[in-house]
Amino acid sequence: MSGVFLVFASFLASAVEGVEALTIVLAVGVTRGWRSTLVGVGIALVILAGVTAILGPTLTLIPIDALRVVVGALLLTFGLQWLRKAILRASGYKDIHDEAAIFEREIAAAQTGSEIIRGGLDWYAFTLSFKGVLLEGLEVIFIVLTFGATAHQVGLAAVGAAAAILLVVATGIAVRQPLTRVPENVLKYVVGLLLSSFGTFWAAEGVGVSWPGSDVSILGILAVLTAASYGYVLLLRRQRAAQLLRRAA
Amino acid sequence: MNRALQYLIRFGKFWYDFVIGDDWMIAAAIALTLVVLALLGHAALWWLLPLVVILALGVSLARATRQSQE
Repeated sequence: MSGVFLVFASFLASAVEGVEALTIVLAVGVTRGWRSTLVGVGIALVILAGVTAILGPTLTLIPIDALRVVVGALLLTFGLQWLRKAILRASGYKDIHDEAAIFEREIAAAQTGSEIIRGGLDWYAFTLSFKGVLLEGLEVIFIVLTFGATAHQVGLAAVGAAAAILLVVATGIAVRQPLTRVPENVLKYVVGLLLSSFGTFWAAEGVGVSWPGSDVSILGILAVLTAASYGYVLLLRRQRAAQLLRRAA
Repeated sequence: MNRALQYLIRFGKFWYDFVIGDDWMIAAAIALTLVVLALLGHAALWWLLPLVVILALGVSLARATRQSQE
């Protein structure tokens, strides 16, 4: 059961981060040319591979209970960040993540960006694509490695992530446009719920809590968090509507 | 301030933003609850962490929306 969730969570989280990185790379590549952009992408991927090669085996050396406390707590704080933002977006307190608007902004910035040539590379294109891929990639690695190591199924988590990245890259090459049809806000909400649920389960188990029903209780945590977060969305929507009415009056 | 120190501060800020994010209160509530659970060593307190997570999320959302109303 948890294997399915593991692949699902890795796939969704990697897809969301992949879409965000793709938007940056496409905007820079289209505007500033592909050579420097792709060099930036390539070097970022090499660094990410190095981080994975060092961090992956290191995580498996840590005793499982300590790993579950640390990784569970990290996944929980990380997942709650996603969930908090998703709730604020769904209730109108934060702008919806709009990949088309971000693409336009990146294009405008890339058109006016300074032209500095270093080592035969357009430094602006190189830096932007490098940073975009590295930062989004770090989030993917963090989720996949921590998820996989704690469940002793790094391979499964990696399969989910690889499938998502391949799908995003293939679609990006095919359409050569940002993937605006991907329901990113909903995906972030779901990923936030999954990370928070697994994080709660592992962190508590790591400090000695015994969950009723063992692994099955992850479903219970997920259901409770889903209900509570949706309750918050409804409550904040009402509050936001009343606030806007007061301002209009 | 020398460059090494600036780099160190930027590095620390990156990881703070990466893990803690917009509201440190959530991370503090989780850490405190885990310490309490570890000290009590009571296996039957499984309900405590989910409860704290939901309450901390609610308080954090209230803080965020209050800021936007001001």
